[in-house]
Amino acid sequence: MASAPTLQLTGIGRQYGEDPPIHALRDVNLHVERGEWLAIEGPSGSGKSTLLNILGCLDHSTTGTYLFEGQDVGELSDRERGGLRSQHIAFVFQSFHLLAHRTVVENVMLAEVYQHGSRRDRRVRAEAMLERVGLAHRTNYLPPRLSGGERQRVAIARALLGSRHVLLCDEPTGNLDTATGLAIMDLLAGLHADGLTIVMITHSPELAQLASRQVQIVDGFLTEGAA
Amino acid sequence: MSHGASQREPARVVATMSTIDLLDEASSGLFARPGRTALTVLGTVIGLAAIVATLGLSRTASNRIVGRFDEIAATEIVVSSRPELNEGISNAIPWDAAARLAQLNGVVAAGTLSSVDIGDGLVTTAPVNDPSRRTDFDLSVQAASPTTFAAVRATLSTGRFFDQGFSDRNDRVAVIGINAAERLGIVTLGTGPAIRLGDEVFTVAGIISGVSRQHDLLGSIIIPEGTARNLYRLRQPELVVVETRLGATSLITAQIPLALRPDNDAALKVVSPPDQQRVRDAVQSDLNLLFVALGAVSLLVGAIGIANVTLVSVMERTGEIGLRRALGASRSHIAGQFLLESGVIGFVGGILGASLGVLIIVAVSAYQSWTPVLDAAISFASPLVGALVGLIAGTYPATRAARLEPVEALRSGT
Repeated sequence: MASAPTLQLTGIGRQYGEDPPIHALRDVNLHVERGEWLAIEGPSGSGKSTLLNILGCLDHSTTGTYLFEGQDVGELSDRERGGLRSQHIAFVFQSFHLLAHRTVVENVMLAEVYQHGSRRDRRVRAEAMLERVGLAHRTNYLPPRLSGGERQRVAIARALLGSRHVLLCDEPTGNLDTATGLAIMDLLAGLHADGLTIVMITHSPELAQLASRQVQIVDGFLTEGAA
Repeated sequence: MSHGASQREPARVVATMSTIDLLDEASSGLFARPGRTALTVLGTVIGLAAIVATLGLSRTASNRIVGRFDEIAATEIVVSSRPELNEGISNAIPWDAAARLAQLNGVVAAGTLSSVDIGDGLVTTAPVNDPSRRTDFDLSVQAASPTTFAAVRATLSTGRFFDQGFSDRNDRVAVIGINAAERLGIVTLGTGPAIRLGDEVFTVAGIISGVSRQHDLLGSIIIPEGTARNLYRLRQPELVVVETRLGATSLITAQIPLALRPDNDAALKVVSPPDQQRVRDAVQSDLNLLFVALGAVSLLVGAIGIANVTLVSVMERTGEIGLRRALGASRSHIAGQFLLESGVIGFVGGILGASLGVLIIVAVSAYQSWTPVLDAAISFASPLVGALVGLIAGTYPATRAARLEPVEALRSGT
């Protein structure tokens, strides 16, 4: 098991509905090594979000096997998949998903709620993460008062709290202007340099180029290499 | 900071959430929209306040009804003999019955009472002013022990009661009821009025203006028992009238046959008021049924309110639910949080409702000068009932929340 990739998909298919069936993914084979930064590139409706959800144990495949650090995710119960997410997998979404009525630091602290950790110093740790993404001065703001770029930084701080080592990003710059988007990409590059495993989906070839490895997905079929 | 982790297969862990985190998240959810939460709580408050107030007021009101009833009848026992069982027995009720019963703990007063047969004779008075006035009447004549006056709570308008000395000396004195006095034309004792019972002349010692029981005494001539035995050959007391302390009737009822007829307790017929607790319960159950039905309807409306608001909240917070699932929450964590939120709404509603209900009881009682009767159990059960209502109302929305697929939830919300 010593050399097992962090994430390994074998023959993964995902079918929605029966009549007629929609094949979102067909026979996807993919492995992601520890510390890799993988960009999954593809147009809208290509199945890239479905793939990311399966990687994040939010969705399940209809065929094939998915090993997370050697463990077959298909064998896990709902609670165990929740446990796996809470310990290992962090998400950053296109639409940020911050709770509007909780302060910035409380939003970050949410990352530890479903973990086995202690509540002690949770706020201190969350503040440290906010400082890391350059938002120490926004700790007690409510999210609606922040700019889009700041909101995504809060989401990244939340993803960092709790020591998860796989970060899944769904169009992280999709709601941001180009300059802000590039700043976020810089932040991700820094995290990757620190050893974080990142899987990012994007429809932008330019952003995909910033990753260390690219795969294409079109009509549910995955191919290696840049577009 | 290191993101490196061990290379071996991770141990299977389930997502956990500490109780304090659960409380924290639920309270944050409730305080996110305080206005709406307050309005939702209001539904339960009204329902439970209605139930607590109506139960309390019905108890207060029925306590008054029972209280009045107590004054008159709940302290009365009447003992008579069973003629069918007493053939050949001359003394079914002994002459000293009143004295015997007075020794029982719980008896306030006891007296014997018998109607006296004065033969064909009528009660007559001497014509004072009006020779044409009718002077002879067919009035009932009763023989009583001196203690009977206390046992029937007789009050005098003038004169005095006779005592044991009159009875022992066979004195020819009479105490007459106010109605009898009117018919006989006796208004004052100043002239030393006398009446004739058949051939015997009696001095009127007093006039009774009221009794609480044995109301026919007001229309009767009452003479001492000793005199009746001597003149009219009264064979045995007909009745024993007993006044007990409140709540002692059932005990005394059981003791009377032993005290009076240890040899043959079936010879006596002891009539006591129905069991007090049963009377109280019967009065209350009638009132409560209506009031509780009203309260239950308001509570049902409150429950529907909670269910409705929680359901709306689940739909609005779809994105939050998706986020929590992404952070590791299992379906049961999501369901638990929403159930706790609705349960807390119900619990708080229960506390406020009980408080409001108690205030209503006290306010109404103060206004009506009643003694408020509060059932502590109802007040303390109210928050629990509220929480239960909240939990039941929250079950469907919580199930909906838990069933949301995280992928769908994340897609729909922000």
